[in-house]
Amino acid sequence: MAFPKPQATLRSATGIPTGRLAVWWLLASEVVIFGGVLGSYLMHRLGHPEWAEAASHTNTWIGAFNTFVLLTSSFTAVLAHQAAEKGDGKKAAGFLVLTIGGALTFLMVKSYEWTVEILEGFTITANGFWSFYYTAAGLHALHVIAGAIIMGIVAADAYRGRELQRVELIGIYWHFVDVVWIFLFPLLYIAK
Amino acid sequence: MAHTATAADTHHDAHAHEHHGPQGILKYLWSTDHKMIAMQYLFTGIAMGLIGAYMAYVFRMQTAFPGVNVPGFGQVSPGEYNSLITNHGTIMIFWVAMPVLVAAFGNFLIPLMIGADDMVFPRINRLSYQVFLLSAIVLIVSFFVPGGGFGGAWTAYPPLSAVAEYNQTNLGSSLWLLAVALEFVAFLLGGINFITTLMNSRAPGMRAYDIPLVCWMIVIASILFMLSVGPLIAGAVMLFFDQTLGTGFYDPARGGDPVLWQHLFWFFGHPEVYVVLLPAIGITIDVIATFARKKVFGYKLMLYTTVATGVLSFFVWAHHQFIAGIDPRMANVFTITTLLISVPIAELCFVIIATLYGGSIRLTTPMLWALAFMAEFLIGGVTGIFLGASGADIYFHDTYFVLAHFHYTFFPIAIIGTFAAFTYWFPKMFGRMMNDTLGKIHFWGTIIPFNIIFIPLFVLGIGGEHRRIYNYEHFPELAGEGMFMLRQIATVALLVMLIFQVVFFYNCYVSWKKGEKAGKNPWKANTLEWTTESPPPHGNWPEGLPNVYRGPYEYGHPDRKEDYWPQNQPS
Amino acid sequence: MIPQASTYAASIDNVILLIAVLVGFWFIAAEGMFFWLIWRFRAKEGVKSEYLEGHEPHVKKWITWPHSLVLVCDVFIIIGAVQVWYNVKQRLPDDADATIRIIGQQWAWTFQHPGADNDLDTADDIFTVDDLHVEVDRTYIFQLQSRDVLHSFSVPVFRIKQDAIPGRSIMGWFEPTQTGEYDVQCVEICGIGHGVMAARIHIEDAQQHADWIRSASTGTAQ
Ligand code: HEA
Ligand code: HEA
Ligand code: CUA
Ligand SMILES: [Cu+2]
Repeated sequence: MAFPKPQATLRSATGIPTGRLAVWWLLASEVVIFGGVLGSYLMHRLGHPEWAEAASHTNTWIGAFNTFVLLTSSFTAVLAHQAAEKGDGKKAAGFLVLTIGGALTFLMVKSYEWTVEILEGFTITANGFWSFYYTAAGLHALHVIAGAIIMGIVAADAYRGRELQRVELIGIYWHFVDVVWIFLFPLLYIAK
Repeated sequence: MAHTATAADTHHDAHAHEHHGPQGILKYLWSTDHKMIAMQYLFTGIAMGLIGAYMAYVFRMQTAFPGVNVPGFGQVSPGEYNSLITNHGTIMIFWVAMPVLVAAFGNFLIPLMIGADDMVFPRINRLSYQVFLLSAIVLIVSFFVPGGGFGGAWTAYPPLSAVAEYNQTNLGSSLWLLAVALEFVAFLLGGINFITTLMNSRAPGMRAYDIPLVCWMIVIASILFMLSVGPLIAGAVMLFFDQTLGTGFYDPARGGDPVLWQHLFWFFGHPEVYVVLLPAIGITIDVIATFARKKVFGYKLMLYTTVATGVLSFFVWAHHQFIAGIDPRMANVFTITTLLISVPIAELCFVIIATLYGGSIRLTTPMLWALAFMAEFLIGGVTGIFLGASGADIYFHDTYFVLAHFHYTFFPIAIIGTFAAFTYWFPKMFGRMMNDTLGKIHFWGTIIPFNIIFIPLFVLGIGGEHRRIYNYEHFPELAGEGMFMLRQIATVALLVMLIFQVVFFYNCYVSWKKGEKAGKNPWKANTLEWTTESPPPHGNWPEGLPNVYRGPYEYGHPDRKEDYWPQNQPS
Repeated sequence: MIPQASTYAASIDNVILLIAVLVGFWFIAAEGMFFWLIWRFRAKEGVKSEYLEGHEPHVKKWITWPHSLVLVCDVFIIIGAVQVWYNVKQRLPDDADATIRIIGQQWAWTFQHPGADNDLDTADDIFTVDDLHVEVDRTYIFQLQSRDVLHSFSVPVFRIKQDAIPGRSIMGWFEPTQTGEYDVQCVEICGIGHGVMAARIHIEDAQQHADWIRSASTGTAQ
């Protein structure tokens, strides 16, 4: 099915490409979603000092490793953007694949971590801390999965030299996913 | 003009592509044309509006004549009553006011009024409608699952909404929540489209202050929605886990907090009322400018005031929770912010009123609706002040006074404002004029019963009648004959109003079939949508997109013989 | 309006009246102006509309002045409202005569009266369901609790209303000024039985109240 590109899509009265504008607005709406989760978590955490005990069962090393993985994948996303700027779609696609690799590593480590925790009895209903832990990290993991899928599509297009501007857009999104984790990591793993 | 020429070329190219698109009925369901999507939203909204009105009919019959066998429904059990009011409120706000005012008119008007051939992301636009349709289907399915539809009020306060044992509508409440969440996703997708389209795709020459106010209002409303709904989405996920997995986010016994939901809900809920108010104000001001042949009194003032209202609206939410167990000192802060917000809104009203000054007012049907919006909304607005004053709200909270307050805001917005827009843009949408006599019969047949429905409810509220009660006979002080009389007056007026809606649908049908051909610009208006065919063809301006030379409200300019001056006329 | 049966009922009604006057003035002024303009500037043959931007000082003052005056009215309303609010909700009388406990649950009210010794949580406490007994002209502090979902305790003749939240004990107060029997309503939706969650408050004079305590103590001692 062929879809014509309307003229509207090509105009730019603000001088900012429409795609980038849209991603910024999308992120604005995402920021308030995570803001809602984290704000609620913080309020509860301050009201329940005893949750520190539950928090001490999280595995800081795994969390730290995942932080490292995400930061690295953000870096490869930047490299992909640079390649796309130069018009090198194949190289951009290569870096995107590396970024997807980062996402998959992150998810695999996460599944291992959750399996261990659930087997130890720390399920989502175990107590308030664990409810927030799985909800916040789960919401974030959903974003990682969505990002990886979209990145796959963008990479496939970029490989054929099409829609190279999207490499930048998915990069912006990926940085956001990364930043959310930067907030989650200290709040869920380090604060004990 | 070089750039218009290229515009036409590119467009021609695009048009050639279109013929590879889907055919037949799929052409409508699968269309990415903003006008088609607007129609889909509009008709879904009307259908849901009829469902919401049907529910109002059933439960009003029950409150006025307890135990009556309601024709077309039967006996109303307490559980059904709760489920009816809950879904009436939810439907009217999220499946009527939002899709019609924001999505349908946003989709129809924004590209046409800013001189673009479509939205910037047509496929996301289509996806937005499809998600919305899915949400509506999920909601309707939720009425029929075992246990019945959700009955915990549209505010869905936990623990009632969270625990199946308490609400006894296990599946119904989860589906209800899912439907609302899907609806939010649909409007986030739509909102991003509206905002970016307005920012980037304006016709050449159109400066920020040349954009018609209704477009600004819909976009500001979308921004407001986008920035306020996030915490509630987070809260809804938590509520969903409480319902399905058995977590305890809102369960005090397990470290949760039921009041948290109220904060998340109203942090969204109050901006939400302005999300629907702003488009209605925009519609009103545009219609009034056209039929008073008057420039809007202070375009920039209006715009800045709207932004101020939007910002302030994030700081008033707890006025819904004065007596909900929040720290009593907080109530003082929220009383102040709530009363402050009356200032920008008063200003919006004054601007609309002042626009009439020096005009040459024609009382066509759309103008009657627009004026009625103003007259009736004032009642809703000023009664909000009684509720915003913490000391008075101790008495009024959750009485029918609140109910009458917000029906005097919502009804003008969602029904009167919609009718103003619908009758005003009907010629553009369907290419034919609506019958003015039938339009006026419908107008009076709606406005008069409307007041007779809700003024008695104010009186009942002052008399202490509280909300969400299926049978007042259990409360001796509320069961008096006088009180039942008022309830019955309201219900009979509702029946009369519903009957008059037949005139509207008949008028639509007759006008659509045989109405007088409208031509491009039947109202002699200035804005760009009136410079193309009615209805606009695919691509809106096949012979090239317009250029803009001036603001949208140049009516009665002293240098011109004509009293209007279209935005695209080079002088 | 319904009877005023508590010490602060009149002050709440007065705030409502104050708002009605201030807001009513603006409402009538705005609607009056509105309809007058519609009539005055109706379309006439050959009369063209005026071209006004809206920032000419001689017309703009018609917006700026009312707008500042509305702000002044707001200040009066805020002062009135906050005063009453402080009195009803933000303080507790320190010389209260008795404390009672009110417990909401699906779908009935349980009232725990202090009994003859006037101390709560002692052996002679009187528990009743859906009937609250208080003595006129005495100050009561109430502790409001809930066993399951949100409820809301409302006595319209007192003008008092307060939500009950599971897991919390919310304090409030009232002082009845008039004897009689009135409605207690649950005004927060609490499930299927919300519509039948009605109770009665019996405001008695000293003699009647003492009689009631005596008869209830023998009957329902717990
Ligand atoms: C679109 C709908 C809409 C709009 C526009 C408003 C507008 C306002 N609302 Fe309303 N409100 C609702 C929809 C709306 N509301 C709903 C749905 C509920 C109930 C939800 C539920 O519980 O189910 C509710 C409930 C509600 C409450 C909670 C009541 C309670 O439950 O106890 C309060 C309390 O402050 C309130 C206040 C206000 C105020 C101050 C405004 C202001 O914005 C109004 C400002 C306008 C004016 C004031 C008129 C113009 C001004 C003048 C003519 C000048 C003169 C004015 C002064 C001197 C002040 N509203
Ligand atoms: C937009 C919002 C909206 C609208 C329009 C209405 C419309 C009406 N409402 Fe509703 N109502 C709510 C929002 C709304 N309501 C909310 C939020 C609640 C609270 C729920 C809760 O407590 O949880 C509520 C609750 C509520 C109650 C309280 C129940 C209770 O507490 O026990 C009552 C009682 O009388 C009532 C009555 C009515 C009536 C008689 C109408 C009539 O005006 C209905 C008449 C309808 C029509 C005439 C529709 C015709 C329109 C169309 C067919 C669409 C046309 C469209 C185009 C032209 C595009 N409503
Ligand atoms: Cu208890 Cu309503
Ligand atoms: Cu509000």
